[in-house]
Amino acid sequence: MRPSVQEMIARSNGKKNKKVIEKIMPVLLFLIASVSVLTSVGIVVTLIVETITFFTRVPFFDFIFGTTWLPFSNKDAQFGILPLIVGTLKVTLIATVVAVPIGISAAIYLSEYASENVRRILKPILEVLAGVPTIVYGFFALTFVTPVLQSVFPEIKIFNAISPGIVVGIMIIPMIASLSEDAMSSVPKSIREGALAMGSTKFEVAWKITLPAALSGIIASVVLAVSRAIGETMIVSLAAGSTPRFDGDFTGSIQTMTAYIVQVSKGDAGYGTTIYYSIYAVGFTLFVFTMLMNILAGYVSKRFREEY
Amino acid sequence: MRYIEQQAVVKRMNGRLIANSIFKYLFLAATLVALVALVILLYRIVSQGMGHLSIEFLTNFASRFPEKAGIKAALVGSLWLMLVVAPTSIILGVGSAIYLEEYAKQNRITTFIRMNISNLAGVPSVVFGLLGLTIFVRALALGNSVLAAGFTMSLLILPVIVVSSQEAIRSVPRELRDASFGMGATKWQTIIKIILPAAIPGILTGSILALSRAIGETAPLIVIGVPVIIQFLPAGVMDTFTALPMQIYDWSSRPQQEFQTVAAAGIMVLMAVLLFMNSIAVIIRNKFDKRY
Repeated sequence: MRPSVQEMIARSNGKKNKKVIEKIMPVLLFLIASVSVLTSVGIVVTLIVETITFFTRVPFFDFIFGTTWLPFSNKDAQFGILPLIVGTLKVTLIATVVAVPIGISAAIYLSEYASENVRRILKPILEVLAGVPTIVYGFFALTFVTPVLQSVFPEIKIFNAISPGIVVGIMIIPMIASLSEDAMSSVPKSIREGALAMGSTKFEVAWKITLPAALSGIIASVVLAVSRAIGETMIVSLAAGSTPRFDGDFTGSIQTMTAYIVQVSKGDAGYGTTIYYSIYAVGFTLFVFTMLMNILAGYVSKRFREEY
Repeated sequence: MRYIEQQAVVKRMNGRLIANSIFKYLFLAATLVALVALVILLYRIVSQGMGHLSIEFLTNFASRFPEKAGIKAALVGSLWLMLVVAPTSIILGVGSAIYLEEYAKQNRITTFIRMNISNLAGVPSVVFGLLGLTIFVRALALGNSVLAAGFTMSLLILPVIVVSSQEAIRSVPRELRDASFGMGATKWQTIIKIILPAAIPGILTGSILALSRAIGETAPLIVIGVPVIIQFLPAGVMDTFTALPMQIYDWSSRPQQEFQTVAAAGIMVLMAVLLFMNSIAVIIRNKFDKRY
């Protein structure tokens, strides 16, 4: 005979370890949840501690205002980070120029024009594009985009800022498109229908109603994507070269902050050398850049949200 | 009284309609750029790598000679990496999600943890590499082992798993919970016997997608100091190893043209692994979609 419900409850209450488990589990799970906090603390502390060691050897102002990055010179090593920042900004600028118009246009098409069937085909394609590993994009930039660019503009070198910039742009298109589409889809239907009923064309609805109403979400998506572009590593390591330069040239070899960290890591800079500590100082600068962008994105989407 | 200037409206109508259709196709073209980019990318890689793809490529170790170069060590190394990353990241991620959804009170600490997780998702992967280098490789003296790399990757994909698990847990209907409590079950019994089984498809889908990100991630491995040319297979989690993206990076950055073909073949293997993982995620999602 199967036990009655009362018996089952009584039996369950009789178990000794039951009360203990109920007490332990919340604590244990809280500890697990704190791992993410510990990770953040770990990142910040690691970067700060090693960066402070770096600044005992290289003056702070030489680092942030210096225009020469020459870490591997034996006699006269110089650690002015501006060339690396300029390199990062070059790639980011091109990526933004490529990705913002395409990403937002795709978002408008998906949210305003596309039928349910078309959307069902296009959205997974964007997801696949977002899931391609960055090393694959890097290979693509180096072996396809650069040669194509070279055949049109012969002055472009094998390592340059344009090709990785374009490919980083392609990489962040899905991010801008899907986040902007989310923002546009949350604009209430009634407003759109109101405009259509007044005789607007679909384009006028998209341009004058949906876009302004979703602007905060769209800007936030762009800022997040820019932050992704700044932190992108493999594409620039493979295709942008390793020449830190403080100028406005896009056609020759450059170096970004991320690519410098990779360059040092794959060589064997001994533990404890100034070069070893410099990757933490560069990493910290990179971290500050991306963090500021992420905070800005959060601020924009909160502060300027249109409430309906 | 006339509300609308009929003449003016008629005059402008044509231009408005033309603008409408021009922009419609402009927006469509922009969307298709993504599609075209994907097609070119895949076509290039397959056409370059197909010739080098063979059984020997899968069973050979890395070599100085392009024609002999194989991907065995990297493939096995990536599997070892997953053996560490999958349990670590899923236990941490699902545990955090259960805490946040079921136990956390609405207070400052909870808000802080939530904020922290979303910020962590925005940290560049190369910075996680620096964390791994300092904490796991040096401070805990794990060296450039599978374990050190695995822990670093786990922390990297943790935010993704937490967020997707939270969504999965949140989508379990209230009635199931209430019924369980009504039958006299305790909170932990309800979580482990009712909520988790119901949320498992969503959790698995999210976790597999996060793991497929970890398998393609290169930058943290380089920073940790994972070597490339390895002529043996790891025998345990404390052994040094190499991984698919590392191997591809090494081949791509070599100047000889022949190694680009090898790199393309390596990418095909990596993409096949990703495709396999993603189809499992899609199958799980479709099979268990909208059960409630």
